[in-house]
Amino acid sequence: MSTLETARPATQQPDTPVRRRKPKRAREYLTFLALVAPNFILLAVFSYWPVIYNAYLSLTDWNLIAPMPTFVGLENYQELLTGHEFREVLLTTVIFVVGIVGGSLVLGLGVALLLNQKLKGRGVVRTMVFAPHVLSGAAVGLAWVFIFDPNYGLSRVAFSAIGQSSPSWLTDSGWALPAVMIVYLWKNVGFSAIVYLAGLQGMPKDLYESASLDGAGAWTVFRRITLPLLSPVTFFLMITTIISSFQAFDVIAVMTDGGPGGATTILSWYVYEKGFSDFEAGPAGAGAVVMFVILLVITLLQTRFVERKVHYR
Amino acid sequence: MTVARKFSLYLSLTVVGVIMVGPLYWLFASSLKPSADIYSFPPAWWPTSFEWHNYVDAWKSAPFGDFYLNSIITTVAGTALEVANAVLTAYAFVFLRFPFKRVLFGILLAALMVPGHVVLLPNYLTVSELGWINTYQGIVIPGAASAFGAFLLRQHMLTLPDEIIDAARVDGAGHLRRLFSVVLPLSKPMVITVTIVSMVGKWNDFVWPLIVTNTNSMRTLPVGLLLLKNAEGYVNWGSVMAATVFVVLPVLVVFFIAQRQIVAGLTQGAVKG
Repeated sequence: MSTLETARPATQQPDTPVRRRKPKRAREYLTFLALVAPNFILLAVFSYWPVIYNAYLSLTDWNLIAPMPTFVGLENYQELLTGHEFREVLLTTVIFVVGIVGGSLVLGLGVALLLNQKLKGRGVVRTMVFAPHVLSGAAVGLAWVFIFDPNYGLSRVAFSAIGQSSPSWLTDSGWALPAVMIVYLWKNVGFSAIVYLAGLQGMPKDLYESASLDGAGAWTVFRRITLPLLSPVTFFLMITTIISSFQAFDVIAVMTDGGPGGATTILSWYVYEKGFSDFEAGPAGAGAVVMFVILLVITLLQTRFVERKVHYR
Repeated sequence: MTVARKFSLYLSLTVVGVIMVGPLYWLFASSLKPSADIYSFPPAWWPTSFEWHNYVDAWKSAPFGDFYLNSIITTVAGTALEVANAVLTAYAFVFLRFPFKRVLFGILLAALMVPGHVVLLPNYLTVSELGWINTYQGIVIPGAASAFGAFLLRQHMLTLPDEIIDAARVDGAGHLRRLFSVVLPLSKPMVITVTIVSMVGKWNDFVWPLIVTNTNSMRTLPVGLLLLKNAEGYVNWGSVMAATVFVVLPVLVVFFIAQRQIVAGLTQGAVKG
């Protein structure tokens, strides 16, 4: 995102003597407005305003049917913080997000290191690894429901190989979250792998050469050169994966409906359920505000990090 | 490279390939299996006979014709609007003067920070106020703005050589001419990238179409899959998997044709930092 700063002054300020030609400039301003208006109007109505309106809804008690929301102040937030349910949701969300982020970084880097070797067929595997990432979460979630089926899914085959019977993944509250996380990880590991691979391929070769001349072992090279040089990529992946996993939804909708017993209810599912099954605009809004604040802080952290990094160069 | 090292590398490569593609293979294989294969143990790794009627059954089990049509219409319309917004916005920000342009651009990028779930309920209320529940415009319009696409295109247009655009200006070409006969042709790869990424996103979109439609005839494909679940869960796996193929196949085909653009689009801005 720091490429934002690569603005070229030349085209933006054509060196015609603009100051003396006021009417022409007014026309240019109008053209600018006409071109950006549709986009900004849509964003105003469907992105900026909803954030404000949502914040207002979080301060009300409303069932979506009554003509007017009742203002209740911070009551919803109080309930969220003191109630048992929301703490469970936050805990589940943290486990989910940390698991997905950690898993995709570690596995993604592993796969990228593998694909960075000069092996035949790595191009094909590269394609295979990325393919699940572009497919509908609802569809691949459904394919995995079948795989996890304890009676005739592949899960039964895998567990019978070690002499066990398959757990009923999606109806057992201890197994449901891991099941959803496996699917989500499978769907997203290709993204981190490809991004890491691009990072690896952009590495300066001479550093590695001098390291090998110094007799550094593979592990030392990895720890002292590869990992530090990849740290901007790691940071980028961490942020984007946090943001996307916070919003995981379709996989859960198809696989578990947030259940059993709330075992897979992460924040995004909670907001949806409160709003569209329970028709409680207040708690739904408050949950959404919590989500927004968390993601905003993370995004701002990213911006600061990128600025600092660019500055240091 | 030692033989042992080579062997373990190729073994790892195979394992990774199998894990990533196995579930997809299983999806396609199961969609063609007779039910005897589906319930057999050990499982049939290859269908003992190809039951194409699973696809016919799936097609009839829910209004999949409608789902397809709805998905195609909303994807095409949504993508067209999003890309048009991206192109016009990017052009304006690069080639036109306006006071506080940087501030405005910052406001545009701020939209990237708004998570979809935060705007869900307010947007539902807005769309229902407009009477757009169960309509194409209800599905399409809230997602027709472009922040990321506009950002990508702007970054690209900033790199276009001044001389060409100046030449067009001197020749008396207005902004629309400059956009369509100079800037757009030079930005073709980036426009294609933005288009494909937008298309894939709209085709797979789930939560918004789920909320904004409430009759089967207005559902899109991914949402329609939920209808295959009844009280006992998903039952007829052969045809459920066939229906899943309906959703996955178009994107897989697009992915294999336009891999480069999709990867470039989705990972844009990652490495350069």
